[in-house]
Amino acid sequence: MMLMKRRDFLKVGAAAGTMASLYGCAGGGKASGHVVVVGGGYGGATAAKYIRMWSEGGVQVTLIERNPTFISCPISNLVIGGSKTMEDITVSYEGLKNKWGVRVVQDEVVAVDAAKRTISLAKGGSMSYDRLVLSPGIDFMFGEIPALDNADAQAKILHAWKAGPQTVALRKQLEEMKDGGVYALSIPKAPYRCPPGPYERACLVADYFKKNKPKSKVVILDANEDVMSKKGLFTKAWSDLYKGILEYRPNSEVKDVDVANTTAILEFDKFKADVLNVIPPHRAGNIAAKSGLKLINNRWVDVDWLSMEVVGTPGVHVLGDAIFPAPTMPKSGHMANQHAKLASAAILNMLSGEAPSPTPVVMNTCYSYVDTKQAIHVTSVHQYDTATKTMQPVKGAGGVSAARNEMEGKIAMGWAKNIWADMLA
Amino acid sequence: MKRISLLAALALLGAQGAALAADPNLARNLAATCANCHGTNGNAVKGAGIDALAGVPKDKTLQKLADFKSGDKPASIMHQIAKGYTDEQLDLIAGYFAAQK
Repeated sequence: MMLMKRRDFLKVGAAAGTMASLYGCAGGGKASGHVVVVGGGYGGATAAKYIRMWSEGGVQVTLIERNPTFISCPISNLVIGGSKTMEDITVSYEGLKNKWGVRVVQDEVVAVDAAKRTISLAKGGSMSYDRLVLSPGIDFMFGEIPALDNADAQAKILHAWKAGPQTVALRKQLEEMKDGGVYALSIPKAPYRCPPGPYERACLVADYFKKNKPKSKVVILDANEDVMSKKGLFTKAWSDLYKGILEYRPNSEVKDVDVANTTAILEFDKFKADVLNVIPPHRAGNIAAKSGLKLINNRWVDVDWLSMEVVGTPGVHVLGDAIFPAPTMPKSGHMANQHAKLASAAILNMLSGEAPSPTPVVMNTCYSYVDTKQAIHVTSVHQYDTATKTMQPVKGAGGVSAARNEMEGKIAMGWAKNIWADMLA
Repeated sequence: MKRISLLAALALLGAQGAALAADPNLARNLAATCANCHGTNGNAVKGAGIDALAGVPKDKTLQKLADFKSGDKPASIMHQIAKGYTDEQLDLIAGYFAAQK
């Protein structure tokens, strides 16, 4: 392990030379040290790049990610609907390695010792850090839906709420479903990852049915009492575009499933589908609880909003969907990218012996497709509030689309290309 | 680069000016909140249909932002986002992007 590290520092040292020529105009950063980033999604990949970029190569960064490539959750509903492919939502980690000198390790962190500032890896060995960034995303609470709490059931009743093999598998189930079949999508109680995502998925599956299997139906079983995001825009799309195809049922929490009969079991009712897509309730990625981090409601990590540092665990910063969100702040990839920049700036200050900026700002933009061409958005800006010590949404700012439109459908793809480059290129 | 943003911040000395000027990275940090859509340091992906901001003169960006904020310039989302930042913050952001290549 020591040998590997020494070799790595040499390699990173060489990359730092490249960095100086890339950013020759900037003055020398004071920060140095080793930051380990766990999780190469919207949060972690952004942090890895920005720490290298803003430290002008002065800080060594190791990114630990279990998957060989980045696969985006945003846009993945278009793969499920059939208008995009997995290739369209997959981006390599080569840019982080080659352009930014990030050491990318394909492995999984199994333990964090925050007192000793070390992590242990699944493939063996350990690594020390000066600051640790955990961007673990979410893990599912399968125990809340007892019959789903085993691998066989999970292979049949999919969530497809992490983009990857489940995205492909759900698409295949929809393709194999006979015309006249029923696709049911179960949404957990908020907070969950990507508030408008399930409603977008329902639209895109309905669009696929409308064009290819017109006798088929989409039924949304929502555990919440109402549509959680962009309500007016979604309900208008449903009545304008998918009347007779898409049905919305609020207050319909799925408590269990009958796997053999692809049936959702609700409190007082059952619902049989041909394709049953259950998004279970989720919580911070398992490594958060395993690391002994302070969780709120036993689910989400409590962070200091000036640095994203975990309350009670110095040296560990958590980003993205895993955190207990500030008021009205969504769990989104865009927001995870913003958390990463806030944390990167704070970490560089802290590694230089300075306090984090006292006035951080983050903002969110989220597009949802209502068919393969038209999209709608929601946006918000959140400024740090010293009185409440959290991020507060700016009143009078933010909002949603006036109406669904094709221009936003084009901008949504532009958003994806730009944010993927902002993270990975 | 840092010196320019510090000067921009110093030039603003208003009610919040002293606090803002104390942080030489504030302009950089604020501008990074735009990068998701407009590209790292304002270098948007070419052909993706979103404006690059790197190297755009500060006055031009500031005027656009002011028009978004007042509602004079129609937009899909920028009229909603611009309202979330103070005029001092927008000034720092525009100054930062103007200094980028």
